[in-house]
Amino acid sequence: MASLELKNVVKRYKSQTVLDNLSLSVADGETLVLFGPSGAGKTVLLRMVAGVIDPDEGKILIGGEDMTDVDAEFRGVGMAFQNFALFPHMSAFDNIATPLQARHSSQGAIKAGVESVAKLLKIDHVLSHKPRALSNGQKQRTALARALVGSPPILLLDDPLRNVDAKLRFEMRLELPRLLHDRGATVVYVTQDYKEAMALGNRIAVMSQGVIRQLGTPEQIYREPANVEIARLFGDPTINLLDVKPARDAKGIYVGLSNVQVHLAGAYEAAVGRDCVIGLRPEALSFVGEATPGAVPVTVEAETPLNEKIVTLVRTVRGREILVSRPAGTPGQTEGKAHVAVDGKSALLFDHASGERIGANKVVTLRSGEAA
Amino acid sequence: MEHTSLLERILRGAALTLVVIFFMFPIAWIFMMSFQTNETILRIPPQLIFEPTLANYTALITGKLVTAAGTLDIAFMRNLWNSVFLSVTSVAVSLLLGVPAAYAFARHKFRGSEDIAFTLLSFRFAPALLVLLPLTLYFQKLGLANTYIGLIWVYQLICLPLILWIVRGYFEDIPADIEYAYRIGGHSWFATFRKIALPLAGPGIAAAGLLAFIFAWNNFVFALVLASADKQPVTVGALAFITSSGIQYGQISAAIVLSITPTLALALYAQRYLVEGLSLGAVKG
Repeated sequence: MASLELKNVVKRYKSQTVLDNLSLSVADGETLVLFGPSGAGKTVLLRMVAGVIDPDEGKILIGGEDMTDVDAEFRGVGMAFQNFALFPHMSAFDNIATPLQARHSSQGAIKAGVESVAKLLKIDHVLSHKPRALSNGQKQRTALARALVGSPPILLLDDPLRNVDAKLRFEMRLELPRLLHDRGATVVYVTQDYKEAMALGNRIAVMSQGVIRQLGTPEQIYREPANVEIARLFGDPTINLLDVKPARDAKGIYVGLSNVQVHLAGAYEAAVGRDCVIGLRPEALSFVGEATPGAVPVTVEAETPLNEKIVTLVRTVRGREILVSRPAGTPGQTEGKAHVAVDGKSALLFDHASGERIGANKVVTLRSGEAA
Repeated sequence: MEHTSLLERILRGAALTLVVIFFMFPIAWIFMMSFQTNETILRIPPQLIFEPTLANYTALITGKLVTAAGTLDIAFMRNLWNSVFLSVTSVAVSLLLGVPAAYAFARHKFRGSEDIAFTLLSFRFAPALLVLLPLTLYFQKLGLANTYIGLIWVYQLICLPLILWIVRGYFEDIPADIEYAYRIGGHSWFATFRKIALPLAGPGIAAAGLLAFIFAWNNFVFALVLASADKQPVTVGALAFITSSGIQYGQISAAIVLSITPTLALALYAQRYLVEGLSLGAVKG
């Protein structure tokens, strides 16, 4: 088992900087999710750790050992590719067996190793098939089995669920965390799906434009996003963002929503009088009676039941649209006039110009000064 | 099945027959001529009905050409052997040199790699006769003129660029991720080349080899200048049939039939193999 550390890694392609002085450390046995839009540099970062792309500057340490100039075959990592990258001319068995063959394991050991990992991933019945005869899900599991079979101390998974159907993705999202935990490997997992990131990561690194914008636990990223962009990326339905200008009265700091004063809980002195954006998670809003203090009058526009929750689109007096989410089976307004209460404690406040979160309590950020 | 009217089918059949006759006619005619004597070939008008004779083939195989002017020794079987030897060896050498080079050009973009690759291709642009004069002088100095080694060397001008450029394309078509996956699995770059790149580019290498073989087989001018009788391939050897007592059409036809047989057989065999493995279906979902 081994830890992983990247120190001031830079990668440029021609004039474009793909990774900009990036540092990151992943503890032994930890699962770190690299999350971000395409082109953020996630895959380049992963390949750099694998040793198939060389950094222009910086160091890569695996288990404390400098691996920057070590060839891929000596790094002892396992990797699963987004496009599976199976060897088309070999059977699933031979595909999975390749890392063991490289170590000159005995035939018996290879057979036992392949079969146990195949059983784990439920592909033991298709081992004799060529990749072309496998379904997408089986291909994906074969690719995963090939990465796992040698029990590498570092496991790199490049969006392995990207090319599989929704049902399988859901299944794997449940299966993978236990699988990875049982292996005890240090895992770097790349994804563009925030649910996958939340489900799998001990920590999440949110990347964009070759820089890590925020690094934290899934909880931290969700509750205390470093900026508007990250708040928008995490959460379904998307966070409500409204332009506000916080003010102060005797009871504290408040924002005006449809002429109703909503008081915020938190240290927001710095925000008073500034142009801000308030972020309200749909689940932080709830339908209440008219008499409730701080209730904002709205009109219900549409209601969408999503199995475990119901999402309602409402319009404020000023014409701004807001999403309200509530667990299925709980009472709520389905049409006409309604009132919505705002949970002032979970509201997030961002600077309008920079998009940075204001009143940062304990936000963990790296290079937060240059957010989008 | 699609629905076609009877008329459409008849017309289509007629059109196909026409095309087949048009393309097959020269070969069929040569095949027929190879079983005729010079007298029946030169009869006017030409006749489709004739008494077949194996005299042409016996003459070629025994090496004794009986003409009106007397018996002539011809080294056709020797020429045929030369063709086989020169073509096979040249293609083998080209594959040995060209395939690794193609891999290098496909996978490693180094300074000047494009220029070197293009220079190699430009060998194909140079008019052969222009190259031949200085080459002949050099070869005579070096003692390479009229040797198999010299000829095989010159044949690299034909085979190597062809193999290099075709195979390079096939290597470039293999997704780099597949090779990365093998290396990350713990294999050296050489093992990756042998176990992944070579098998996956196999059909391309076979196609390039076949093409190079045909080009080498059909080469005329290099061998004409650089080889004397005992090293000449069939293309040059066929000149012997233009004798003082006239052109021996029957023997020429028989010689053509014999000399296209190996390439034809190879092409037919390789075609099956080419179609078989051309799909890389397992790469993308």
